[in-house]
Amino acid sequence: MNILVCIKQVPDTKIIKVNPKTNTLDRSSAPAILNPYDAHAVEEAVRLREIHGGKVIVLSMGPPQARNAIRKCVEIGADEGYLISDRRFAGADTLATSYALFKAIEKLQHEQGIDLVLCGKHAIDGDTGQVGPGIARRMEIPPLTNVIKVEEVDLEGGKLKVRRKIENGYELIQSSLPCLLTVEKEINEVAYSPLPNMLRAARYEPTVWTVDDLDDVDIKQLGLKGSPTIVGKMWPPEKSSGAEMIEGEAKEQVEKLLAITLEKRELFGVKGGEK
Amino acid sequence: MSEKFDVIVVGAGPAGTSCAYTAAKNGLKVLLIERGEYPGSKNVMGGILYRKQLEEIIPEFWKEAPIERPVVEQRFWFLDKESMITTSYKGLEWAKEPYNNFTVLRAKFDKWFADKAVEQGALLINETVATECIVEDGKVVGVRTDRPDGDVYADVVVLADGVNSLLAKQLGFHKEWKPNEVALTVMEVLKLPSKTINERFNVKDGQGVSVEIFGDATHGILGTGFLYTNKDSVNIGVGTTLSGMMKKKLKPYELLEHVKQHPMIQPYIEGSETQEYLAHLIPEGGFNSVPKLVGNGVIVTGDAAQFVNAIHREGSNMAMSSGKIAAETIVKAKETGDFSEKTLDSYRTEIYDSFIGKDLKKYKDAAHTFEENPQYFQEYVPLMNQAMNTFFTVDGTPKWEKQKKIIAKMTAGRGKIGLAKDMYKAWKAVK
Repeated sequence: MNILVCIKQVPDTKIIKVNPKTNTLDRSSAPAILNPYDAHAVEEAVRLREIHGGKVIVLSMGPPQARNAIRKCVEIGADEGYLISDRRFAGADTLATSYALFKAIEKLQHEQGIDLVLCGKHAIDGDTGQVGPGIARRMEIPPLTNVIKVEEVDLEGGKLKVRRKIENGYELIQSSLPCLLTVEKEINEVAYSPLPNMLRAARYEPTVWTVDDLDDVDIKQLGLKGSPTIVGKMWPPEKSSGAEMIEGEAKEQVEKLLAITLEKRELFGVKGGEK
Repeated sequence: MSEKFDVIVVGAGPAGTSCAYTAAKNGLKVLLIERGEYPGSKNVMGGILYRKQLEEIIPEFWKEAPIERPVVEQRFWFLDKESMITTSYKGLEWAKEPYNNFTVLRAKFDKWFADKAVEQGALLINETVATECIVEDGKVVGVRTDRPDGDVYADVVVLADGVNSLLAKQLGFHKEWKPNEVALTVMEVLKLPSKTINERFNVKDGQGVSVEIFGDATHGILGTGFLYTNKDSVNIGVGTTLSGMMKKKLKPYELLEHVKQHPMIQPYIEGSETQEYLAHLIPEGGFNSVPKLVGNGVIVTGDAAQFVNAIHREGSNMAMSSGKIAAETIVKAKETGDFSEKTLDSYRTEIYDSFIGKDLKKYKDAAHTFEENPQYFQEYVPLMNQAMNTFFTVDGTPKWEKQKKIIAKMTAGRGKIGLAKDMYKAWKAVK
């Protein structure tokens, strides 16, 4: 079973700073890492490969330094990595990105056959979660989002069963293969990579494709030109303020809290001014 | 199916990376193992990078290395509670090629340096801890890492694993360091606009200042404070022997806070924002603490070998030179295929013939003299300050009387002979 995993290199949003003037991310303020959800997708692909054979192919779109994110996937155990990198891809929103990735998947599908596509739930820099389903739509295969467990894979029967996280529990879904899964973090624990993987990754050079390496590409659907998204305004979320810390011994705290609560007339259905 | 390399270097700091770079450049198959997320992520120093030793490895490195500012002025402050005596040298020739030294941020610099080693063909793996040397028949033949299938082999293992060097300790090359053999440095990187730095330190863009601070900065403990200018931040820190800090029951952050709040220092950093807080042990045992440097199939370099000149706050340069010498030794040994202690011992002799051995020897008693005689920092710096105050305060007292007063004060504590003895001892320690 050949599994393709779409991955993205993202700035580490745990430490990234926002430019206070433009409200855009200051990408130089944080190191670039492999999108954490994607690491779980690669790990799941590697585990499925251990059971069902085949190979794990990683695909990403991004600048040349995104090769490091692909190397990270090789550490986890991916067999091959491809990067589509070209100025003409730049400025893409989720629509243009899923188109570009789809064109690369088409080529890989044609060359080696793809049985399953995995993506992380979303990238931590955009949080949209649209690229995965966008790819599935273009491939005309079922998208199964928020997967927390792959229950079984029936290669011969051409189907698989997964658990999807839903609001108050999970649902069990069966789908035909090939299909596309986007995975949650709880699907697995990313294993500590063995040393031979580390050595292989350190040496690994991903295949880099430009637009010209892909077939039948509609240039108008790429990059900024192919992106209908318009960013109207960006602003940081308002910081909640005015919280009052109640300190002291437990008894004192209760007394203070009680005093404050009793003062809040609206809590007792009393309108302002009434006694 | 464990792989074999010519050289495994443990630790991608200045020593390890210099060694990996030089060995790879000479065609050896090199594996560089770093425990941090990336080289530099766990490395700490005050922030001064010396030109000479790196230039011997990468000529004209300053054209591409992420340096902060070339240092054009070195200041020395002798602090008392509310006063200080200063001395400095500023030379604009240091603002031009080939420069003298630079300020750097290690997280950026070490990453760049390791990338250069990778360009030469060294294989770098991060987030991997070498847990022990693999020893067979009395020979080090590789290292065991904390990863699954984690054994990897080499003709020679170079230990550049820093001050604690667990691997050298495992081999019995040194015991646990004593508290007076290591200094603890705590520092912060404080963000300040470059314009503010230029104004406060009286420099232009592309010019930096290093300040070494003695006396009250360390509460009289043996050690120094420092203040270095980066592009748009300053490094402020203080380093003292662990033993001194234990004796005075001081916590590292308290000492740093004391430095930051000192009325002579505070105006330089006012309004800054703390960007990073760092702490690290510095090997300052000097000549007498240098461990066994060479064994069968193994060489010790850098901090792991206690190659630090505490008096001149040099360490990264010694680390780089030792790494380079280690690599050259291995390249030579490779020609004959003999990696025994006897062959690799030329590393030891070369180290002792170089500035590393000579400088360590020159100052071998300095730290101990100053530690055992706390009067240098505790008494003489305040006395010097008081003397200056007495001499320069215009109060109608004749100068001759002032001089007498000063001499009386200086000798009150230890007597004229005591003072002379102290001066002689200090001179002898650094001569």
